[in-house]
Amino acid sequence: MPENLFKLNAKEYILPGSRACQGCGLSLAYRYMLKALRENTIVTLPACCLCVLQGIYPSTPVMIPALNNSFASTAASASGIVAGLQALNRSDTTVVAIAGDGGTFDMGIQSLSGAAERETDFIYVCYDNEGYMNTGTQRSSATPLGAITTTTPILTKQQHKKDFIKIVEAHDIPYLAAVSPSYPIDLYEKFVKAKKIKGTRYIHMHIGCPPGWVYPPKDTVKMGRLAVETGLAVLFEVEDGKFRFTGRSKTIAQKGNRLPVINYVEKQGRFKKMNIEQLNQLQVWVDKKWDEYMRRAEG
Amino acid sequence: MSKVQIMTGNQAAAIGAMLSNVQVVAAYPITPQSQLAEIMSQYIEGGKLRAEYVRVESEHSALTVCISASTVGARVFTATSANGLLYMHEQLHWAAGARLPIIMCCVNRGVGAPWTIFNDQQDSFSQRDTGWIQIYCRNNQEILDTVIQAYRIAEKVYVPVMVCFDGFVLSHTMMPVEIPDAGKVRNFLPPYKPHTILSSEDPRNINPVLFPWRRENSEGILCDGYMEMRYKLQAALENAREVIMETDHAFHEVFGRKHGGMIWEYKTEDAELILTGMGSIASEATTAADMLRAEGVKAGAVGIRVFRPFPKDDVREAFKKARAIIIFEKAISYGYEGGLCSDLKSAFYGTDIKAPIHGYVAGLGGRDVKARELAEAAKASLADMKAGHIEKNTTWLNCHTG
Ligand SMILES: Cc1ncc(C[n+]2csc(CCOP(=O)(O)OP(=O)(O)O)c2C)c(N)n1
Ligand code: SF4
Repeated sequence: MPENLFKLNAKEYILPGSRACQGCGLSLAYRYMLKALRENTIVTLPACCLCVLQGIYPSTPVMIPALNNSFASTAASASGIVAGLQALNRSDTTVVAIAGDGGTFDMGIQSLSGAAERETDFIYVCYDNEGYMNTGTQRSSATPLGAITTTTPILTKQQHKKDFIKIVEAHDIPYLAAVSPSYPIDLYEKFVKAKKIKGTRYIHMHIGCPPGWVYPPKDTVKMGRLAVETGLAVLFEVEDGKFRFTGRSKTIAQKGNRLPVINYVEKQGRFKKMNIEQLNQLQVWVDKKWDEYMRRAEG
Repeated sequence: MSKVQIMTGNQAAAIGAMLSNVQVVAAYPITPQSQLAEIMSQYIEGGKLRAEYVRVESEHSALTVCISASTVGARVFTATSANGLLYMHEQLHWAAGARLPIIMCCVNRGVGAPWTIFNDQQDSFSQRDTGWIQIYCRNNQEILDTVIQAYRIAEKVYVPVMVCFDGFVLSHTMMPVEIPDAGKVRNFLPPYKPHTILSSEDPRNINPVLFPWRRENSEGILCDGYMEMRYKLQAALENAREVIMETDHAFHEVFGRKHGGMIWEYKTEDAELILTGMGSIASEATTAADMLRAEGVKAGAVGIRVFRPFPKDDVREAFKKARAIIIFEKAISYGYEGGLCSDLKSAFYGTDIKAPIHGYVAGLGGRDVKARELAEAAKASLADMKAGHIEKNTTWLNCHTG
């Protein structure tokens, strides 16, 4: 296992010049994810920002074969690739489905649930930038309480984020992990591990988005770190039902030095209309989730 | 060795798929298709067919599985009906746009609301413009043979094929069917070669975002834009006629049966009145033609077997001598008339075919239509035509419209 960044797979699978925005957290995450998965991987993806990152025909900056599909169908597409490769005796290929929070929490939930229940042998990756960014930052069920989006422009989002990871976990899959590109080694190691496991594996990536969250592009790594340090994003893995904090979240759990959510919220323009009541509600919500994780880590 | 067995239309379709050595099956149950999905799982679980069966959670996913498996190079099969087909709508376009030779049986059923489980063709008719080839079968033998033919056609032109047959009327009705020899089918169907190989040696981004205009690739070669790709799909459908005809001829040579290619004709040589339609109602029209002949009317029938690509040249030839044309359809383009009626009229535009055309909508939601009723309707139309009523609004057969 690599101790530091220099020990990661040196090969690049994304050439310079992708169409993602400057400072896009997805570009970072996708880069490390592909390094960990290496060749002999097939990616399937729906309409989303990644579809744009993948390039406009006839060019693509990505050196791994990818299949674009409609918005609701990511995990079903992976099922088809797996079945097709199986029928052709090519089952050594790693099949990866990757979609945004909209294509996962909302429209893709049915096909993902179906594929997981069928124990399809693939890795499902949700990159969660907490909104429909490709279509212009509309609200999704992953958008946090109090955030301005283009469909919650005045009142802000009135509900908490859906705890989607719990829904996935209810499928009793062999491996589930949450990562952030601000902690690339943790991300890399989890993909290396996931690749070796058979069955449905799920990896949740918390992805900073400068235009959608309204912060300067240079701050993406910082935003990702603050999310982890405040507990709004938690680094962990669940292997055969056993929960374990990893990386920075593990240190926070040990030291008890989790920061208040205000440290994260105040840095992003999307929360500028958040009122004190919402801020308190968000803190209570994060504390409750964190306590659940702590109990599971101890139990 | 060929052998004859008594079987339902669903069974005939399943045997056709098995003999075609499909490698991936994905289906979701819906009446009247369910039995077909069940038989395929029996074949696969029972070891009669070596294939992957993906028991999906919806029709949208069924077609998605087929799309992705076909992309990586597997021969795929699915089947559905009515609302299941409508639920696939987005993926129907996707399959044709991605130029994948997927074969799907549509076991024709009326669509809700309100619910009906019974037969008409509104389901597949409403998917007419998705870029699929549509073939309508008139009996169970034709269903089995057409599934096999469909793979040969689709894999040559890279266009998906919908094999349509009437729910219950064919799907659940037993008929004698000759089962072709498996070895002969293998020779008839060369292995499927996908148009693109997905591999990291030559990484590609399939079905990506396109600009409206054409663009150069990294080697400076100007590549298609969206519109060129759409044009190629249209051209592929137009050129499919030749492949469909060749396939029916080749099938006849090997198996001794032909189904007409684009259309089939019954006693049209001297017919002054031609009854026409698609699927089992066209088959019923042949009986009606015989009844009319017994009463001294020189009647014949034409079955439109392939609805897309539309058999324009074939119908121009077949209806050349007709003095009266009557169309029976199990679907309608709401707010106008039956789609086949419109298509036939437009096919005759600018030709010498000036015969009056009367359109009937019949059998919606399983409403019974007997050959005798078709014959009576034809006689009424003839009387109208003789009285000078060339134009007539669509008549709803056996329907209380008052
Ligand atoms: C059936 C369908 N409905 C709507 C859309 C429009 N659409 C394209 S991408 C997208 C949002 C994607 O959001 P998400 O999955 O969160 O990914 P992101 O863009 O944030 O990366 C939507 C709504 C579509 N492509 N298909
Ligand atoms: S909108 Fe956000 S997620 Fe999408 S490409 Fe831009 S930075 Fe990345």
